[in-house]
Amino acid sequence: MRRLRVFGSLVKDSLDTITHGSKRYHLWMALLTFVMLFGMYCYSIQLEHGLSVTGMTDRVSWGLYISNFTFLVGVAAAAVMLVMPTYVLKDIDFKQAVLIGEGLAVAALIMCLAFVVADMGGPSVLWHMIPGIGVFNFPNSMLTWDVLVLNGYLFLNITIPLYILFRHYQGKEANPKVYIPGAILSVFWAVGIHLVTAFLYQGLQARPFWNNALLGPRFLASAFAAGPALIILVLAIIRNFTEFKIQDKTIKKIAMVVTVAAQINLIMLISELFKEFYAPTHHSESAYYLFFGLDGKDALLPWIWTAIPLNVLATVLLTFHKLRNNFKVLFFCCFILFIAIWIEKGFGLIVPGFIPGPYGKIAEYTPTGIEIGVTLGIWALGAFVFTILAKTAIGIELGTLKYKKNEGI
Amino acid sequence: MSNNNKKWFSLNLGRKEKAASGSCSCGKTSGGCGGASNSHHITDEEFDVAAINASIGEERTKDGFEQVFDVKMDRRTAFKKLTASLLIGAGAVSTSCSVISSDENKEKSQIDWEEQFKGNYKLMTDEEKNGTVDRLVRSYQLRTGKTISMSSKNAEEDVLFGYAFNISKCKGYMDCVNACVEENNQDRNSQMQYIRIHEMKDGKGFNFNEADDNYYHEVPAEGHFYMGTQCFHCDNPPCVEVCPVQATWREDDGLVVVDYDWCVGCRYCMAACPYDGRRFNWSKPEVPEAEINHNQHYLGNRMRKKGVMEKCTFCVQRSRAGKNPACVEACPTGARIFGNLLDPDSTIRWVLENKKVFRLKEDLGTEPKFWYFMD
Ligand code: SF4
Ligand code: SF4
Repeated sequence: MRRLRVFGSLVKDSLDTITHGSKRYHLWMALLTFVMLFGMYCYSIQLEHGLSVTGMTDRVSWGLYISNFTFLVGVAAAAVMLVMPTYVLKDIDFKQAVLIGEGLAVAALIMCLAFVVADMGGPSVLWHMIPGIGVFNFPNSMLTWDVLVLNGYLFLNITIPLYILFRHYQGKEANPKVYIPGAILSVFWAVGIHLVTAFLYQGLQARPFWNNALLGPRFLASAFAAGPALIILVLAIIRNFTEFKIQDKTIKKIAMVVTVAAQINLIMLISELFKEFYAPTHHSESAYYLFFGLDGKDALLPWIWTAIPLNVLATVLLTFHKLRNNFKVLFFCCFILFIAIWIEKGFGLIVPGFIPGPYGKIAEYTPTGIEIGVTLGIWALGAFVFTILAKTAIGIELGTLKYKKNEGI
Repeated sequence: MSNNNKKWFSLNLGRKEKAASGSCSCGKTSGGCGGASNSHHITDEEFDVAAINASIGEERTKDGFEQVFDVKMDRRTAFKKLTASLLIGAGAVSTSCSVISSDENKEKSQIDWEEQFKGNYKLMTDEEKNGTVDRLVRSYQLRTGKTISMSSKNAEEDVLFGYAFNISKCKGYMDCVNACVEENNQDRNSQMQYIRIHEMKDGKGFNFNEADDNYYHEVPAEGHFYMGTQCFHCDNPPCVEVCPVQATWREDDGLVVVDYDWCVGCRYCMAACPYDGRRFNWSKPEVPEAEINHNQHYLGNRMRKKGVMEKCTFCVQRSRAGKNPACVEACPTGARIFGNLLDPDSTIRWVLENKKVFRLKEDLGTEPKFWYFMD
């Protein structure tokens, strides 16, 4: 009963926090709300006319939505890079960053689920997919695995920080015996969501571009580069705009993680390129299309040739300690790395899988305005959720949000 | 539904064996099955009475709200209906709640409601299959005033359908494509076609990359040959494995089919098919009323809705009635051969035994039941 009361007051207090803030904060939230409303409007058009309002066709049947979904699974998995040292290795440095990281994971997962729903042809019959009520084709379909692991991960990433914050809110220490097992589990789980999402594509013998054993590991490497890169950027912003103290040491350690992951990612990219272009087979055509275009069709060239140089540049810069320890350079690197991997793991991965088609047909794909509108809306939703979570967490950690025993409810 | 001998795994949350009580074994207390199962052979008038009885039954005197909520439900059904209605049912509730609506409207919304929350066709008993078919027929009649016949005929024993394509004979006339579109009520707006005819250059072998599957000129074109593709009804179909809700499966006679009402439109199967066999309804499919083929099968050419997957079914409405698929019948050159692979006297068996046949992308292990050969 007491717990409930505390929880009620937590909710009330956090509502209070998130509705109050500086002018800049209100402006930011208003902007996000506006973009979300715009996205919802675009989605309502899609609901009414069907997916024909998107650029997808029978020839390229997955596009912007699934690209973003794939990328965001990676971002979600990255929270684990912070969880591990903090909870498991007891490296206190990360403790503050980790709450932010987990908040980011929650926001990314919500975006993932939103993208999947946006991509469905029949959102009104989605209950067919609920285990026990519908028919859940487990374990045959990798998509059902994905549903399970994503929701499980979401659950973990909500409960662990909630428990810790709940204790801190009452001015008590969190009991490690309670959250450490959960944290360890989420470490494995994060690897799981990533591999499973890669297997979604990797398991299709029909699409040689995806059907390659390196896809899973490359997913992991790129995720562990892009995710923490985003976390660094977010921490930098939070450091600037709030009282929340994040030590330089923390950011430097995360930068180390980004660097190593980016290097591994680059090695795998080289290995992949070698295989496709040293002895090209029939199956290398998608890669040819991606990097050089086929038959004069080259819609993806500007994208991929933006991504590759950015990727290489960021990795090289990060490799030098001097440069990496200069925060201006670091933030710049993180930013371009994030963009590069968003292109590579999104568009650059999903679209070429369909081109050329099973019989060599080359039909290109360009997202429509409505598709882009929905996508922006979902990103705004993610930013919105994250802002709310981060603001509450920071409030509690700073001690401004505290349970007052005598306060009536 | 037989929970015991199924090959797949599903979580058994709150699912109980249904008590075999009640007059109706389809589990729908509100009817929609049973007595009306033969109704497409009776006159319109009799049909009306029977269908109204079947789909409204004892609830005829109640208003829409009671019809929906005052039915006996076991726990699972109740849970299912409630959860689902929380998600999306608001619209349906509001229509079926309106007290002023006429009997027909009530019936319509009752049918819509039951259709929205029916189960997966693959797991239905025969009575349940008849129930949904009757509802669909009645619903079509209520909406358009026209009667269609819809079959729910199951696979017959000792039948396994197969197809052979004679590359030497095909001249690229595309009569098969047109016949298929007409037979199967495909969307005319997007010009959906199950069959693709690839025009290939002589002397280049089977070079699909340089082939044209979208030609508009007189055929046969000099120096070219033709090859048709469609869904090959793989015996080990990758599209079936990946479907998250089992909306697509292989029937016992080898046909790979889709339950259009169960499909959630994720298009995973489309990505998994190595043969470009699947088509998606990107918008609401439209067929002019006069061109609709009224002889339908639940798994075949019945009307689809937007956002669902469809594909060639070897014309299940024809093949299970002992006829050839529309493409085979329409082909003026005799390039297309269809039959029962288990019947040693069938033409298809003769072709497989006497011609040098091959299949596409055999290395993928999909075991298509579609062979090519040359004279
Ligand atoms: S051809 Fe494609 S759609 Fe048809 S059964 Fe094989 S994999 Fe499935
Ligand atoms: S589109 Fe439909 S049939 Fe295909 S995998 Fe998804 S739910 Fe199954």
